[in-house]
Amino acid sequence: MLIINCPYCGARPEVEFRHAGEAHVARPAGTESLTDEEVVDRLYFRSNPKGMTVERWRHVHGCGRFFNAVRDTVSDFFVTTYKTGEPKPDLEALKAGAAK
Amino acid sequence: MSFRKAAGGRIDRNKPISFSFDGKTYQGYAGDTLASALLANGVHLVGRSFKYHRPRGILTAGIDEPNALVGVGKDDAHYTPNLRAPVIELYDGLKAESQNRWPSLGFDIGAVNDLLLSRFIPAGFYYKTFMWPKSFWTKVYEPKIRAAAGLGRAPETPDAARYTQVYQTTDILVVGAGPAGLSAALSASRSGKRVMLVDEQAEMGGSLLHNLTEVIEGKSASEWVADALTELKANPKVTLLPRATAFGYYPHNFIGINERLTDHLANPPANLPRERQWQVRAGEVVIAIGSLERPLVFPDNDRPGVMMAEAARAYVNRWGVLPGRRAVIATAHDSAYRVALDLKAAGIQIATIADLRGDVSGELVSAAEAAGIRVQRGAVITGTRGRKRITQAHVARIQPNGTAAAPEAIACDLLLMCGGWTPSVHLFSQSRGKLTFDEALQAYVPGQSVEKERSAGACRGLFDLGAILEDGWKAGADAAAAVGGVVAPFRVIDVKGSVKESGGYLGALPHGRNVNTVKAFVDFQNDSTAKDIKLAVREGMRSIEHVKRYTTTGMATDQGKTSNMNALGIVADTLKTPVPAVGLTTFRPPYSPITFGAFAGLARGDLFDPLRKTPSHDWATRAGAAFEPVGQWMRAWYFARPGEDMHAAVNREVKAVRSSVGMFDASTLGKIEVVGPDAAAFMNLLYTNAWTKLGVGKCRYGVMLREDGFVMDDGVVGRLAEDRFHVTTTTGGAPRVLHHMEDYRQTEFPHLDVWLTSTTEQWAVVAVQGPKARDVVRKLVGDFDLSKEAFPPMSVAETAIACVPGRLFSVSFTGEIGYELNVPADYGAALWEAVFEAGREFGITPYGTETMHVARAEKGYIIVGQETDGTATPDDVGLGWAVGKTKPDFVGKRALARPAMSAPDRKQMVGLFTEDPKVVIEEGAQIVLDPNQPVPMKMVGHVTSSYWSPTVGRSIAIAMLRGGRARIGETVYIPMPEGTIAAKVVEPAFYDKEGERLNG
Repeated sequence: MLIINCPYCGARPEVEFRHAGEAHVARPAGTESLTDEEVVDRLYFRSNPKGMTVERWRHVHGCGRFFNAVRDTVSDFFVTTYKTGEPKPDLEALKAGAAK
Repeated sequence: MSFRKAAGGRIDRNKPISFSFDGKTYQGYAGDTLASALLANGVHLVGRSFKYHRPRGILTAGIDEPNALVGVGKDDAHYTPNLRAPVIELYDGLKAESQNRWPSLGFDIGAVNDLLLSRFIPAGFYYKTFMWPKSFWTKVYEPKIRAAAGLGRAPETPDAARYTQVYQTTDILVVGAGPAGLSAALSASRSGKRVMLVDEQAEMGGSLLHNLTEVIEGKSASEWVADALTELKANPKVTLLPRATAFGYYPHNFIGINERLTDHLANPPANLPRERQWQVRAGEVVIAIGSLERPLVFPDNDRPGVMMAEAARAYVNRWGVLPGRRAVIATAHDSAYRVALDLKAAGIQIATIADLRGDVSGELVSAAEAAGIRVQRGAVITGTRGRKRITQAHVARIQPNGTAAAPEAIACDLLLMCGGWTPSVHLFSQSRGKLTFDEALQAYVPGQSVEKERSAGACRGLFDLGAILEDGWKAGADAAAAVGGVVAPFRVIDVKGSVKESGGYLGALPHGRNVNTVKAFVDFQNDSTAKDIKLAVREGMRSIEHVKRYTTTGMATDQGKTSNMNALGIVADTLKTPVPAVGLTTFRPPYSPITFGAFAGLARGDLFDPLRKTPSHDWATRAGAAFEPVGQWMRAWYFARPGEDMHAAVNREVKAVRSSVGMFDASTLGKIEVVGPDAAAFMNLLYTNAWTKLGVGKCRYGVMLREDGFVMDDGVVGRLAEDRFHVTTTTGGAPRVLHHMEDYRQTEFPHLDVWLTSTTEQWAVVAVQGPKARDVVRKLVGDFDLSKEAFPPMSVAETAIACVPGRLFSVSFTGEIGYELNVPADYGAALWEAVFEAGREFGITPYGTETMHVARAEKGYIIVGQETDGTATPDDVGLGWAVGKTKPDFVGKRALARPAMSAPDRKQMVGLFTEDPKVVIEEGAQIVLDPNQPVPMKMVGHVTSSYWSPTVGRSIAIAMLRGGRARIGETVYIPMPEGTIAAKVVEPAFYDKEGERLNG
C-alpha cells in the first residue's frame, strides 16, 4: 500500500485517498467558445503516458481536499504532490532528478 | 516409532503424543511435525500426485514441500486441505488424511493416469484438449478431469475459526530467524530502535537447529540461538513473532505477515483467533529468508523414500528420526557430504555418494571417504525401483561424451538428492528489486533495491556460516543507521568447524533411457517432467513465462520453490542459451499459501458490509414487511398482510395511496446542505435548472449533469433561506453527488463562498402521500397553515412536526398530494408511529419500495440509474424543460450543445402498452422493430421499468427507444425466449397526465 503525501495533512496510507483523473485538464465551460472537437478532446481524451503523469487525488477519508500529484506510471510511486491551483511542475526536471 | 533414534533431537521425549493419519493411530512426541512423526513410524507414502496419481512421500523438511500435502481437522468446520506435512506441528489427537486418492492411498484407481494414460496428458494438455466441442467444457472436461486431477477437498461447512487483523509499525523488520536474521536482529536491537523479528517456524533458529557441527563463538549452534533469543526477548523494543510468515512485500515497506496462533494446539483457548494477519509498515526491512535446496532431475525421482539431502539431515538431527536405514546420496554439491557424515553418525548406512562432478575433492569429500563412505565421482542416477517406497537406485558413470553408461543397481530405502542451493529471492523480487544472475553461483541474487530493504545471508548467495552471521550483523546495523539508530560496532563472529562448500547443477540429467517412457520430475506438485518442458520448447515456447503456463511448471501451490531453477536450466539447455537469457518468472505474493480467513479477518457475515437500517425498520419488521437491500440500506419492500403475496400487497398499497393515504420511509434519500453567500450561484452551476429566482420556502426539482452532459442525479431542492438550500439526492447517489459538488467547489469554482455538508444521516424522512395526506399531516403540525393557498405543492418550511423541530416539504413522488416530513434522525421512529396514529382514522397504509416504484412509474417519473444509464441527456428522459436555456454556464452545458447530444435517433423515453394487457415485460428486455428479421436482430431500445399497474388495470412499461417520441402510436416487438411480445408505443405517463390530483 502506497504512502501518499497529502499537501495539507502529510503522509498517509493510500486507502485514505481517491483518484480523481488527470490533472490540468480544463473543463469545457459554457462561456468559452470552443469547437466540438476541442470539447470532445477535453472530455474524453487523456494523455496516458509511460512515466511521469499528473493526476488529481482527493484525501477523501481525511481533510477531503483535492490536490494534484506527479506519479511515475512505471514504478507506480508518487514523485511529488502539490496544492490545487499551484502550477504544474516541470516534469523534465523531475525526470532528471529521479534519474540521479 | 521404530525409526526414532534412542536419543537426540529437539523433541520432548517426556511428552508422547497420539495422532492419526488416514484413520490409523500413531505415536509421536511434542516438538514433532506431522512429517517427522510419520517418518519416525516408517511412513513415507503420504500422498498421490496431482496428475498421474503416483505414490509420493515426504520430500523436504519445510514450507517448500511439494508432495506431502494432507488435510487436517477434527471436523469439516475446522478442516484445512493441502497443508504441508513438514510444517504441521503435532498435537495430541491431530487427525490428518491423505488427498487425491480413491478408494485408498495404497490402492488408488487414479494411478491408471500414470501407467496407461500419461501419454495422453502431455505438456499443454489443457490447451490442446479443452478446445471442442464447446459444450464439453462445462459438461465433461471441467467436472470429470478436475475430479480426477487435483488437490484436497474444500470443506463445505463455514469455517468455525476466527481470524483477526492488526496494524503495526516498526523501525526495523527482520524476516527470517535463521543465522542471518538472528544476527541482524541482535545488531539492530542494540541500536535502541524498535525491531520485529518474524519467522515461519514454531522455533526460531532456522538451519542452526539441525547444525551439530559448527561452533559459534565457542558455543554450539543451538546454544548460540538460545542466547540470542534470550537477549532479544529481554529487550522491550523487540517483538518476536514465531509461526509467522511474511507472505507479501507491498509498496513502501508494507509487509503482510500471517501469524498462526492455534493450529498447533490440541485445545485452543476460545479467546485466541486461529490466525492474525499483521500489516506492518517498516522503516527498514532486513530480508534473511535463506535458501532452498534443489532436487536433481533424474527418472523416477519422485518415489516415496526420495528426499532432499538436507531435509534428511534435519530429520535426523532436529527430530531424532531415521528417514531410512540405507541411503544412496546423489549430489552435485558439497553440502551432501555433511549430510552423509551426520547420517552415518546416526547409524544410517550410506551405500554410496554419487557425485555428478568428475573431479570433486576437498575437505568434506576426504572426510566422507575417511569415514569409509563410497564416493562415486562423475556418477548419475538413471532410475529407481520401488512403487510405494524406493528399493533400488541405479547409479551410472557419466561417460566423456556426457551420456550415462550402464547403471549399477544399488539397494536402498532412502535416496537423497542435492542439486545445490537456490537463494530465496521471493520477497526481494516482490519488492520490485532487480535480480541479477550470479554466474559463479548459477543463481539469481538480489541486485538493485527499490524499497528500503537489504538482503542478508543465504538469500543473497552467502553459504559460509561465519560470513552469513557477519552479513546479518552488518545488515541489522545498516538498517538501524538508516532509521537513525545508534550503530552497533561491526562484530567478527568466530565460527569453527566450517568448511567451504560449493557445487550445484541446473536442469535435467543424462540417463540413457527411452525419453518417451521415463518420467523425470521437475515440478513434483504439478507433475511436470523434463520431457514436458522440452516438448514446450519444441512446440515454440521461448520465454519462461510461456513455458511455465504451458507446462504448469511452478504454478502449483508451492509456486515452484523446488522446481523453477531446474526448469530454467532445461529450457536454457534445450535452447542452447545462457540461463539469464531465458528470463525468470515473476514472484508474487503470497510466499506460501495463506487462508482466505486471514484476509477476510472479522469482515464476515454481519460484519462483511455495514447494514444501514431506516428509522421504521423495527416497526416494519413487526408489521411483517419484506425487505430489499438497496446499496447498504435495508428497505421495506412491501407490507404483506396474512394471506397476501407480493402482488396482492402492492396492489392494495397502490390503491390506498391513490384513494386514501399511504406512508413511506424516505429517510434513505441523500441530503446535502448547501450554504453560503454564493449558494444560489453554486447551485446554478451544478444543476441544469435556474435557482436565482426560486423563492425562500419554495422547492424545485433539480437535474444534475456530469461535465459530459449526461444525467448524473436528480432530486428536490428546497430553499430555506437566501443562502441555504436543502438538496436531496437519489438514495444511492449521495456520496457521489457530494464528491462531485466538492470537486467543483474546490477546483473549478473556488471563488464561490459556499460550503457543503452531508446531512443524510441527520434527517429521518416520512413521506405521506394520497388524497387524505393533508388531513393526516395537519394533525401533526399544530397551527401551521397547510392549506393549498398557504402551502402549495413544492413548498418547504421549518416548523414543528410532532412537536419536534423539523422541515416540512410538500412534494410528491406518487402524483398524489404529498408531504415529506423531516425530523432529526433520533426522532424518526417516533415520527413514524405518530404519523401512523394520526392516519389511523383515514386507514393510512404503510407502503414499501415496490409501491413507490409502481406509483412513480404510473406517473412517468424517472429513477436515475433505472431509466438513465450514464448515456442519457435530460431531453432523452423528457427533462428538457428542466434545463435553463438562458444560463451562461452550468456543468454539462457545453457538452449538451454538441450535435450528437440532440440527434433525432437518440434513445428517448417512451411508454409501452403490451398488446395483451396482462403481460408484464421483463425489465432489461430488448426492443426490435421487425420481429421476423434474421438473428442477430437490430435492437432499437430496451425496457427500463415494467410493472402491473393496479390503477390503470393493466401492465405498463417505460422504455428507452431510438427516436422514440416520433414512434408514439407505432407497434414494436420484444423477442423473449417464450415468444415475441408486441407493444404499442405511448406517452410515458399512464395516469393523471395533467397533474390535477397534485392540486387537489
